[in-house]
Amino acid sequence: MIKLQINGQEKVLDSAPSTPLLWALRDELSMTGTKFGCGMALCGACTVHVDGVATRSCVTPIESVQGKSITTIEGAQDKVAEAVKKAWVILDVAQCGYCQPGQVMAASALLKVNPKPSDAQIDEALSGNVCRCGSYPRIRQAVHEAAKTLGA
Amino acid sequence: MDRRSFLVMSSLASGSFLVGCASRARQELRSSSLSLAENQMALNAWVKVGQDSTVTVVMCRSEMGQGVHTALMMLVAEELDCAWSQVRWEQAPIDPLYGNIAALAEGVPFRSDDEGFVAGTARWVMRNFAQQMGFMMTGGSASVRDMWLPMRHAAASTRATLLNAVAKKWRIRTDLVGLTEGQFYGPAGLTATLGDAVKWAGVSPVPPENVRLKDPKAFKLLGKPMPRREGLAKVEGTADFGMDVRPPGLLFAAVKMSPVRGGTVKSFDASAAQSLPGVAGVVKFSGKHGGTGGVAVVADGWWKAKSALASVQADFDDGKMKNFSSAELQTALWIELDGNDGFGFWKKGEPADALKTSSKRIEAEYAVPYLAHATMEPMNCTVQYLGTHAIVWSPTQVPDFAQSAAAKALGLSKDKVEVKVTYLGGGFGRRLESDIIAQAAEIAKQFPNRPVQLIWSREDDMRHDFYRPACVARLNAGLDAKGNLTAWTHVTAGQGITTGFLGRNAGLPVMGPDKTSAEGAFDTAYEFPNVRVGHVNVDLPVPVGFWRSVGHSHQAFFKESFIDECAHAAGKDPYQFRRGLLRNHRRELAVLDLAAKKAGWGQALSPAADGSKMARGIALHECFGSAVAQVVEASVNEQGEIKVHRVVCAIDCGFAVNPNTVAQQIESSVIFGLSAALYGQIDFDKGQVNQGNFNDYMPLRLNQTPVIETHIIPSALPPEGVGEPGLPPVAPALANAIFALTGKRHRELPLKTGKAT
Repeated sequence: MIKLQINGQEKVLDSAPSTPLLWALRDELSMTGTKFGCGMALCGACTVHVDGVATRSCVTPIESVQGKSITTIEGAQDKVAEAVKKAWVILDVAQCGYCQPGQVMAASALLKVNPKPSDAQIDEALSGNVCRCGSYPRIRQAVHEAAKTLGA
Repeated sequence: MDRRSFLVMSSLASGSFLVGCASRARQELRSSSLSLAENQMALNAWVKVGQDSTVTVVMCRSEMGQGVHTALMMLVAEELDCAWSQVRWEQAPIDPLYGNIAALAEGVPFRSDDEGFVAGTARWVMRNFAQQMGFMMTGGSASVRDMWLPMRHAAASTRATLLNAVAKKWRIRTDLVGLTEGQFYGPAGLTATLGDAVKWAGVSPVPPENVRLKDPKAFKLLGKPMPRREGLAKVEGTADFGMDVRPPGLLFAAVKMSPVRGGTVKSFDASAAQSLPGVAGVVKFSGKHGGTGGVAVVADGWWKAKSALASVQADFDDGKMKNFSSAELQTALWIELDGNDGFGFWKKGEPADALKTSSKRIEAEYAVPYLAHATMEPMNCTVQYLGTHAIVWSPTQVPDFAQSAAAKALGLSKDKVEVKVTYLGGGFGRRLESDIIAQAAEIAKQFPNRPVQLIWSREDDMRHDFYRPACVARLNAGLDAKGNLTAWTHVTAGQGITTGFLGRNAGLPVMGPDKTSAEGAFDTAYEFPNVRVGHVNVDLPVPVGFWRSVGHSHQAFFKESFIDECAHAAGKDPYQFRRGLLRNHRRELAVLDLAAKKAGWGQALSPAADGSKMARGIALHECFGSAVAQVVEASVNEQGEIKVHRVVCAIDCGFAVNPNTVAQQIESSVIFGLSAALYGQIDFDKGQVNQGNFNDYMPLRLNQTPVIETHIIPSALPPEGVGEPGLPPVAPALANAIFALTGKRHRELPLKTGKAT
């Protein structure tokens, strides 16, 4: 049995300790907001926060995150995450939308440590998140927009 | 093969009547399997209005990021004069009524300015064929084009009927009833809701004749930027993609397919996997609808299934691709091109003579590789087989074909298979194929009553795609003493897509030239005095499919790079040289001029931040009814790395229903096109695909993303395609910019970072 703290709730999982967090979320807990894109930490679609840090859940064994605080897109409701989601909607970032929960998690993790990132800092923090629809120009703008509302 | 035999084939398949758009909207409900709630009214197969004042758009197109749900709801809200918040959508039933006529009608191998008898007849036949076949497909940048009139007529007719009902109730003339934002207004402060009007309209109201569409000057929603309806759900992670459906009792399947495309399973040993935790079974499947055979592990979680797969021993029969590697494939294309002029899609004047008499002759050879779609959501499908019927949850561009594929695999009739279309995590043409649906159905049939969700790994997805065909090209041009272009020949060789696609999905024997192979080459606006464009169809075993912008994706690279070569050979400015070939094409001239102006063509460029020199490249291309010009600003650093800084785009897409979506789709197409131009390449080694994930099939990332500007030419003409036309010009515009910087002409894609100089 593995106990995880997900979005402030304790979840007990009867899964192999090596099971990636992504699949524990999707298979065991039916939390489908976190997406599968590559399985190799190459695309960022599966990004969650582990103790506030953007983490690729597809390569994170559940045994390694016991006792840590895990936040998924379903639980991303603090001030920063709300500002990010709002900015995403205002700038109409999403196209197919499949990568966007991961983008939102990556952006909110950035804004928590760097409330006013430059373009270069945004690029550095979010270039691990692939979007095949090419929503990148709007992602950049939306991070600035969220930073603006948070700073106001 | 000539045009006549194409026509004979088409005529056999054609019907005998032609229905206009307006009457299409008024088709009676019995021709569709549309279901109505008790308190709902529908006068046609497109719009329902409820007594609760909700307006439901019957959605016959799949949302894959292109914004079609929002666009079609906008068309209805505008003509019905309801509030945006009153509009919702539900999935359309599978019915020929919802077929995509615009996309198919475009499939004839004639230039749009060919108004001859043969071309005209072919178009007429194709429209009829499309209407009768009712190919319910989201693709070909055709959704808004196709629905522009039917949706609006449907809403306008509903509006007129409701106005009549309200006027009758109030005992006043209809023209005294006003309707704004879903509220009716009459004299002396009378008001009513849409729901009231539905009640008053009675059981089977008859829509009035001669319903008029709005004057575009009166549009309140159309032509104004509208954020996509499902934007928040996608950001919050609550929008359900194919992989997110969770019907009760769900099992998951992971697969091991023959590593060689088209191979089959000879034998397998699943004894070790069977006993692993959560495993429900290990089963074999064949390769239907162009797919590949393999073994599936079905378990109560996908990770368990995937992990158990490692202990399945499978022996495969490789099939006919096993002897093919990339080098041989490309050699085969060149051999065909060397020995053949191909089917002549466009001939004017005497290009051979004109080449001989030209004072300067230019010749160049180009090549592009196979490309994968690599949608963000890997291919997946969920099927529940219930003995007498089945349910399919699928992110598909073709619900009709999906239904057929599942029915066939399950041994059911089509009407016993319900298809629920989810959001698509990207389509780009990959989800026009039904191989995954047949595979999921074949697996699920062996687990009756339990829904089974088949998910491909990224590697499965990359290695079992239907690829954009590789293509090689030879172009020749002649210039006179003044540097005017006098002759142009453009011949390409590559695999055709349409025949294989319709064969594997619809069982249709298709003959005749495949327009999609040469599109973008033979239908250019350039006014060549002497020209021949041909394509050699090469039969190779690589599975090929429709990839965003299809033939245009490579033909534009050949054409727009070579035009640039001609301009430089003539000692002329590439922008002005193009202008000289467009004297009678005001629309194309206008986009070219706008892009050049907005980009500051001809003005000096400051160096890039790292000090590297910057240069511009320009390209123009027309497809899916739209014309797009792009100016790329790029630099190449000392290590030879290419950086794209800015892409300025001008588009004439007719009336822009949602300018916000137009800009999004241009940005999307530019980035998709740059990914292909810089990195995209699928190689085969003895029939196996080398690339597997985003580390070796690299997409563009945020730090490589240029500034993208979209400028839309105002137009009152009907809407044209938007999802694809922004893609074709970007690769040649970039290659042209690199030539301007380095003097080196890149005639192969991908350009590849580090090899620019």
